[in-house]
Amino acid sequence: MILKAEKLSKEFIRETKNTNRFCAVQETDFVLESGSFAVLTGRSGSGKSTFLHMLSGLMTPTSGRVLIDDKDIYQLPDQELSRFRNQHIGVIPQGQTALHSLTVLENICLPYTLYGEEAHETEALALLEKLEIAHLKTALPAELSGGELRRMAIARAFLRKPELILADEPTSDLDDQNTEIVFQFLRQAAQDGAAVFAVTHETNAAQYADRLFRMNAGQLQG
Amino acid sequence: MKISSALPLRNLRGNPVRTAILIFLTAILSLMIFGGTLMITSLKTGLHSLESRLGADIMVVPYEAATKSNLETIVLQGATGYFYMDEAKYQKIASTEGIGQISAQFFLASASSGCCSLSVQIIGFDPDTDFTITPWIKKSYGQTLQKYDIIVGNDLNAFVGDTLIFYGVECRVAAKLDKTGTSFDTAVFTNQETIKALIQSSLDKNMNEFKNINPDKVVSCVLINAAEGYTVEDVLNDINLHVKKVKAVRTKDMISGISDSLAGVSDIISILIIVVWIAGMLILLLAFAMSISQRKKEFAVLRVIGASQNQLAGIVMQEALLLCLAGSLMGAVLGLLILLPFQQVIEEFLNLPFLLPSAVQIAGYVLAAVILTILTGCIAVSVSAFRISRIDTALILRGDT
Repeated sequence: MILKAEKLSKEFIRETKNTNRFCAVQETDFVLESGSFAVLTGRSGSGKSTFLHMLSGLMTPTSGRVLIDDKDIYQLPDQELSRFRNQHIGVIPQGQTALHSLTVLENICLPYTLYGEEAHETEALALLEKLEIAHLKTALPAELSGGELRRMAIARAFLRKPELILADEPTSDLDDQNTEIVFQFLRQAAQDGAAVFAVTHETNAAQYADRLFRMNAGQLQG
Repeated sequence: MKISSALPLRNLRGNPVRTAILIFLTAILSLMIFGGTLMITSLKTGLHSLESRLGADIMVVPYEAATKSNLETIVLQGATGYFYMDEAKYQKIASTEGIGQISAQFFLASASSGCCSLSVQIIGFDPDTDFTITPWIKKSYGQTLQKYDIIVGNDLNAFVGDTLIFYGVECRVAAKLDKTGTSFDTAVFTNQETIKALIQSSLDKNMNEFKNINPDKVVSCVLINAAEGYTVEDVLNDINLHVKKVKAVRTKDMISGISDSLAGVSDIISILIIVVWIAGMLILLLAFAMSISQRKKEFAVLRVIGASQNQLAGIVMQEALLLCLAGSLMGAVLGLLILLPFQQVIEEFLNLPFLLPSAVQIAGYVLAAVILTILTGCIAVSVSAFRISRIDTALILRGDT
């Protein structure tokens, strides 16, 4: 898989001194190939998450294209893009992202069960074991700590063994030990052939990454 | 099974308080739609039943005993009372031109004291000429009534084979009538032979207001259908003009008051249904909007995992469907629990004929109320479903941080 961003930019309508438009991401070209782990750092509000959301097909860019294997994902109808994201992209969003009426195991199996496929519970349980939350498989999200919920979201994104993994602050609620586990996870996914892109504030993420980028006031550097 | 199919139910079970409130709201809506419709239909069925039970174009009664209101209280409202006129009047009326069918009836009110089992209106008819009572009595009793046989109205606490005593005379209950929703439900019917014997007995016991009557020489009222080629108006005017000391009344006029009251009550109920429906729609719209807004993060997560806009809308619509199904069934059952046992209380309170339609019709109204409530809920939730399907996933996910 090759992920390409061509002249990708995003502007929001917001009153500033001279204009009512705010440029979150300036025109950017970006390429990420299978087996590569790229890390993006930068200050809060610099446009990191916006960039990641555009890559994941969740935020329509103001200009430019996002190509996955030469397929312009924003030209796909919603149903097709959604199914494509379900099958090929593992997104780890910011914050707590559990469905509260489902158990931990059901939450993790969602990428499969959402479209009526077999749940793949064995693989899900194996991921829970690796992330050290297997004992919580029947618990409801309300019973979990912030860190446990993050690990649950990571397991969910990994379950389908996606070709592209996009992680937005995947270690924000985790202790050092679990942070290391998660980055090893992402590193391993890249070694297994996935294209991995992580947005993070963790300074030690660099040691796991193949490529390091920095977002500075909407400008991608690196 | 797709989790997106199970998710709506899981979401509802996951928040029982929110679910209970929404079910309660839809139940109220369904109760009003079903209960209101059933009320209006029962009133109309009652009026129709009364019209068909009266079954004659004209009723002729003794003038002095028959101001219109007196007549209505006895015939229409179930009050007990009686009056008589000479049988000669009957003969005179019968000779009027334009009469197609004619039959006399005999009234007697039983007393509430020891001589009588029940205080009821007793109506006697002539089986040879009767054309109003016999047709619907036949549905409950196909045989000829023997002397001292009576047929009791549906609301009376007497059953076939029971013996009731009126002025010391033992009468056998030969049949019990189906419910009519009218004053006839509290009346007793018998043939003229029996009622004349009862009138005589009331005279013998000095319990009849009329002291010097000969039961064989009097009638209480005369029922008439105009012959073909004659208008009711012609026959009615002819009787009032040529037969002294009687009053001929058009039966349709007698029930016009009831008809007007019914129209008034129906209008009020119809307005109430519309008001509650609009209010219910708005409340549900807000309730669904609030409920879904609280969970927009969850919907954003589903988008991240790969749910399409249609899937999100489908989940929301299914939730509304389940809620409205449960609520509408509850409302309809509640309506049945209120209206079925208390129909007599409602009839007495409204002072109008009130007859529930058939079970099949009621089932139809339940179905209609359920469908209408579900439709209302679906319309109310469609705004939220559309909005949630177009959510800006990235913005919601960022808003959490």
